Amino acid sequence: MPSLLAIDLLLIAACLWATIGLAGLAAPRNTFFVARVLFPLGALAGLLVGATGFVALGGAAQTAELLIGLPDLPFHLRLDNLAAVFVILLGIVSAGISIYAAGYFRVGEGTAPGVLGLEYHLFLASMLMVLLADDAYAFMVSWEVMALSSFFLVTTNHRHDEIRRAGYIYLLVAHVGAIAILLSFGVMTGGAGDYTFAGMRAQDLSPFWGSVAFLLALFGFGAKAGLLPVHVWLPEAHPAAPSPVSALMSGVMLKTAIYGLLRVSLDLVGTTLWWWGVVALAAGLLTALFGVFYATVQSDMKRLLAYSSIENIGLLAVGIGLTLIFHSYRMEALAALALTAVLFHCLAHAGFKSLLFLCTGSVLHATKQRSLGKLGGLIGPMPWVAWLALAGVIAGAGLPPLSGFVSEWLLLQAFLFSPGLPHSWLNMIVPVAAAAVALTAAMAGFALVKFYGIIFLGQMREPNLKDAHDACPLEKLGLVWLAGLTLLLGVLPGTMIMKLDAATRQLLGKGLADRVAEQGWWLLAPISPERASYAPVLFLITIAATLLFGRWIVRTLYHGRVRHSPAWDCGYHFQGPRAQDTAEGFSQPIRRIFGPMFRMQRHFPSIRDRAPIYTVKVEDHFWYWLYLPIARLAGGISALIARVQGGRIAVYLMYSFVTLILLLLVARP
Amino acid sequence: MTSMPLYAQLINLCAAVILLLAFAMLAQRRVVQLVDLFALQGFMLFLATLVMAFKTGQHHLFYSAGLTLVLKVILLPWILHRLVRQLHIKGEVEPLINIPTTMLIGLVLVVIAFNVAMPISQLSSTIARGTLGIALAVVMLAFLMMITRRKAITQVVGFLAMENGLFLAATSATYGMPMVVELGIALDVLVGMIILGVFFFQIRDQFDSLDIHHMEQLKER
Repeated sequence: MPSLLAIDLLLIAACLWATIGLAGLAAPRNTFFVARVLFPLGALAGLLVGATGFVALGGAAQTAELLIGLPDLPFHLRLDNLAAVFVILLGIVSAGISIYAAGYFRVGEGTAPGVLGLEYHLFLASMLMVLLADDAYAFMVSWEVMALSSFFLVTTNHRHDEIRRAGYIYLLVAHVGAIAILLSFGVMTGGAGDYTFAGMRAQDLSPFWGSVAFLLALFGFGAKAGLLPVHVWLPEAHPAAPSPVSALMSGVMLKTAIYGLLRVSLDLVGTTLWWWGVVALAAGLLTALFGVFYATVQSDMKRLLAYSSIENIGLLAVGIGLTLIFHSYRMEALAALALTAVLFHCLAHAGFKSLLFLCTGSVLHATKQRSLGKLGGLIGPMPWVAWLALAGVIAGAGLPPLSGFVSEWLLLQAFLFSPGLPHSWLNMIVPVAAAAVALTAAMAGFALVKFYGIIFLGQMREPNLKDAHDACPLEKLGLVWLAGLTLLLGVLPGTMIMKLDAATRQLLGKGLADRVAEQGWWLLAPISPERASYAPVLFLITIAATLLFGRWIVRTLYHGRVRHSPAWDCGYHFQGPRAQDTAEGFSQPIRRIFGPMFRMQRHFPSIRDRAPIYTVKVEDHFWYWLYLPIARLAGGISALIARVQGGRIAVYLMYSFVTLILLLLVARP
Repeated sequence: MTSMPLYAQLINLCAAVILLLAFAMLAQRRVVQLVDLFALQGFMLFLATLVMAFKTGQHHLFYSAGLTLVLKVILLPWILHRLVRQLHIKGEVEPLINIPTTMLIGLVLVVIAFNVAMPISQLSSTIARGTLGIALAVVMLAFLMMITRRKAITQVVGFLAMENGLFLAATSATYGMPMVVELGIALDVLVGMIILGVFFFQIRDQFDSLDIHHMEQLKER
């Protein structure tokens, strides 16, 4: 009897997800059945996927063929180490999100819960199939199912105009990207007509066609991931979608795009040129800076997180660019370092960003508010959500000892070796990029401090916030799961990096496992302990000890009396909650310093105004520089073409007549 | 051209009359006379096909000639006359472009048609190859009639006249199309006529007129 391979288990899990989704159609209006029964089952399937990926990572690649699809063109599937990393990510993170969603979805407007469950689980299954696909056909079919199911998830509350608009933009960008990906695959077959990935690997492309394939892939996957300038769907779609969906899209779906980019650029396309890395690096850097600046000035909490996702995608692209640069100069050890940083950051970002999006979901349910200006002080009524969100914020801000720090540290370590590049121009420019990455990290900290401080700390800006309730037990379970993941990745990075070694070894021939293993589990030194090392456990212990010690000193040695007073009123008790620093006020210095980056519309009230209203509206330059001109152009051309349809039959007949005569004259023998 | 045999002269004569009738239809303002002219054109077509059938002795040409007689000389004109009576179309046909200009454009079209058809007819080996240019000219003139007229019914007549031209082209270049195709086309024309007849009533009910400029609003936006 043949033993059950990991890939078979994954296929079973995909079928499970699809079945769970279809089961929801049996009772589409029964919220209890769908939410409390089906979603936890989906979470169990997610655990199965994650565990299978964990077992498969490091093993030999497994292949399978599905006899569905076109005649003579079955779905080729393959589970290798790169795919396994993302399978782990999908399984583990979706398990947390699904269990949260089990508590989150309740009777409400919009799509019926059963239909929502179907879309949700199809979305999960299609992402798994994207990761397993081993030919362009299977990949594109799964990719499109993923795009469509997530489109319907985004437009769950389709009765609102702006949500329909967000969904439309998402669908549009997704399809423009999909076309680019399809073309890229077409170029990589080299005209041989073999659309399996094995066939593409066997092709030896000329530098020109290789570059075309890479650039198309960068654009196509960039459109899904949110790279500049095709990022515009992200800040629209994430706030529009229900929070578990935003978490899934930001945490997992964006990573499938990163997976696709890695798959194409390091695996399928063959020889790597150094300037590809520079293009990816530049695009990533611009995206990261753009994302983080816009994140700091948002006053809608989910929009802020969406821009922060753009920033993280930018960092990932920077890492990929660095990997490609090192790889093209055969500096595989450093390429492996950068790639490890990318993979680790994928996992880290999936964990903490999903966690943060889910926290906004709880806040949204408790307060019905998304605007930061109407929140505040929620750590009182919602302690669970607040403390768990703190874990996500620390990780997202790239602070030790949580997961976000490890990947950003690894990335910067990789940057520090770029002066060794054998290209005079590159080894001067790349360190500048490192400075920009550091700026991004700092600004991300700023944005997330704003996020956390305005929502959870200070005084309540609205009186009804007192009635806010904490998350329900299932929601808490999901949040704790993701926060635990963030903590585990942060405190024991070495273990995960040893596992990631298999993936980097497959793509680049080198890995970090040996050096990490030398140091023991508590110390992380990717190159050598003399250069740089990081001991996360030590950090955790030190921080905890300092906090406890400080608390002990204040409580016992100082005076021991505890006095409660309103937060942040600076001892000036006339200040009400309205006088606190607002979301707009907090980011005002950034808006001022980096003014030209934003397109701002401000309205200042006059000093004699009895009911003063201050408004500031920050918009994206890209709408006005890129998208509106294209839209106008398309509209203009369409209007010209619409003139052809004048409504008069005589004119229509004339068209045929003139065509006939012209053809007769032209085609005269 | 004195050596041209009698049958060829007869076919050319019929073709010339068909072309003349096409011009006459282009110039005709009244609907009833237009239908009569159409019937006459069909009759000339029947004669030309008959002559060709006698000369070549091809059986299917006899059938096509019979089909032409039944369909285009008797049945379709009868349907059209009935429609005209039932729809009370009395007024004259107002063309979009005035008649003399239309005739001038028609002349240019005939020149183009002959010019275009010349190389094709030299490739052909049939006895009636000289008429190919005329056939093409008839198609174009009928098309021109469809463009320049306003009433829906004259457009249908134009459409049918175009079919006459195509038929002439087919017989003159290749001794007609295969029987199956010819039968198919005949049936199509008949069915098309009946459907269009139904449409006329619908259009009249909708707009109280058969003038097609009422349909100009039927477009996007």
